[in-house]
Amino acid sequence: MPEGVPIEFTGLTKRFGEVEAVSGFTATVPPGRVTGFLGPNGAGKTTTLRMLLGLVAPTAGRATIGGVPYRRLDRPFSAVGAALEAASFHPGRTARDHLRVYAQAARVEPRRVDAALDAVGLTSYARRRVGGYSLGMRQRLGLASALLGDPGVLILDEPINGLDPEGIKWIRTFLRELAAEGRTVLVSSHLLSEVQQTVDDVLIIAKGRLVHTGPLSGLQAQPAVRVLADSPDRSALRSALQRGGLEVEETADGLVVTGAERGRVGHVAFAAGVELSLLTQQRPAAGLEDAFLALVGEEGAL
Amino acid sequence: MRTLLAATRAEFTKTLTTRLWWVLLLILVLYVGAVAGGLAFGLGALQASGEAPPRGGPGGGPALPAAMLAPVIYTLATVVGYPFPTLLGSLAVTGEFRHQTVTPTFLATPRRGVVLAAKWVVLLVLGALFGAAALVATVGLGAAGLGAFGLDTGLGESDMWAMLGRAVLAMALWGAVGVGLGVLVPSQVGSIVTILAFTQFVEPILRTVAGFVDWVGEVGRFLPGAASDALVGASFFTVLGGGTPSLEWWQGGLVLAGYAVALTAVGYALTWRRDIT
Ligand SMILES: Nc1ncnc2c1ncn2[C@@H]1O[C@H](COP(=O)(O)OP(=O)(O)OP(=O)(O)O)[C@@H](O)[C@H]1O
Ligand SMILES: [Mg+2]
Repeated sequence: MPEGVPIEFTGLTKRFGEVEAVSGFTATVPPGRVTGFLGPNGAGKTTTLRMLLGLVAPTAGRATIGGVPYRRLDRPFSAVGAALEAASFHPGRTARDHLRVYAQAARVEPRRVDAALDAVGLTSYARRRVGGYSLGMRQRLGLASALLGDPGVLILDEPINGLDPEGIKWIRTFLRELAAEGRTVLVSSHLLSEVQQTVDDVLIIAKGRLVHTGPLSGLQAQPAVRVLADSPDRSALRSALQRGGLEVEETADGLVVTGAERGRVGHVAFAAGVELSLLTQQRPAAGLEDAFLALVGEEGAL
Repeated sequence: MRTLLAATRAEFTKTLTTRLWWVLLLILVLYVGAVAGGLAFGLGALQASGEAPPRGGPGGGPALPAAMLAPVIYTLATVVGYPFPTLLGSLAVTGEFRHQTVTPTFLATPRRGVVLAAKWVVLLVLGALFGAAALVATVGLGAAGLGAFGLDTGLGESDMWAMLGRAVLAMALWGAVGVGLGVLVPSQVGSIVTILAFTQFVEPILRTVAGFVDWVGEVGRFLPGAASDALVGASFFTVLGGGTPSLEWWQGGLVLAGYAVALTAVGYALTWRRDIT
């Protein structure tokens, strides 16, 4: 079984002309866990990963895999498997030939080609030209090339884009298995909800800067509580809550109160003598996405 | 070294697993075969009917001596066919950018110079293969045409075979020139337009002018097409050249190889090491 090794970023910086795409990015990605690399569009995720893989030269800083820069790896695919964009194929070449080319270049045993195709469920399409592939099939082929060398480190840039629900479920399980085997798995996404069920840790980047790092559970520290309340006399309840200094919003289901616990909402209604027909506190799961958005900032997105 | 061998194998597989190489080869063989066959049968018929050999070129050069017929017809393989290995070479590089396969290519072989060296090896071999196939067509149809009218095919002479060997070498070098041009001009359309414009207009015009103006002739000998013709040793332009003597065959070979090396080196420095985003 291939051993995972840590990925380390140290003061990684990239400037494209005027734009500083990545600024002083320092982080460690440990083996044996799935790490989500999250940030809105244009945050610098792809640029960071491309610097890690030796495709983009950093303006400053360095990135290593098990202490070695990617370009110095002797048989790179056996150490690191990467899937970057869905479009990196010659449309006239079959999936199998595509993988054969890169297996030969990276000195990976030829039998791994069929193993990788099998792992992503493309065996029956292997001899078709990639030009006729759907987006999801291309994603799977990209993943197959990442798996070619049976590497200890996997780096996947937005691997869930274009997959159908079954594919998403499959890739989640698959990534969890890879991490359970002790490999290092780094997965980027611009949507927390997309990877929330898969990742152990998160690295959150906004405007090129690391804004949060740690276990996913740490993000949930301050969930924004939402309480749903209703009364036979809704307008009376509404004015009572407003008088009590609460933030109220009317929806079809009732009144939504943010920023207060259920007990306080009930107390305010009781004190004002308004009868309640509904009082529930909503799952704090929504708070995860809110915490994420708060971190990347309102204007974090492009 | 192992990395270079691996990259070279991969580059062969890469080139041979799409349709481009055999489509180009097919067009090359049909094209030079048709021109050589047409010329051999046409000129053969003229010779046989006792008329004077035709006068070549728009300005009317010297008459084509009968003994020059065979080499001129055979070397159409390179004189007309050299854009083909050049196109294959440039597409081997520009296709990587066009289809973004340069990402997996550099992931599998992070040392970029090795990738370029591998492409050189592959294009030298495939260029030679293109040359050999084109010569089979021009010599086969040309000799058939000349023979049909009782003219000398020249195939009994060792000089002729040495010339055919140099023609194969020239086509191999054109493949490498194509790689160099592709690295220098990574845009696929840009590269193709450059090759077609240069080989079909710029160089023929310059070389025609060179036949009349001495100082242009001095410089014109060093144009890549002229160097290639000098390497091979017989062609329309050499026969029409008149005034300035062309380079020695080995000088021509060195000049052509020099173009391939220079284009590749400048392209490597300017584009090949860029960020792949
Ligand atoms: N080649 C380039 N030249 C100039 N600017 C670039 C280049 N590549 C990226 N950028 C800029 O760098 C910033 C970061 O881009 P990057 O692609 O890394 O973001 P991302 O987090 O991957 O976004 P997305 O979620 O949309 O994929 C953006 O502002 C982008 O415009
Ligand atoms: Mg991206």
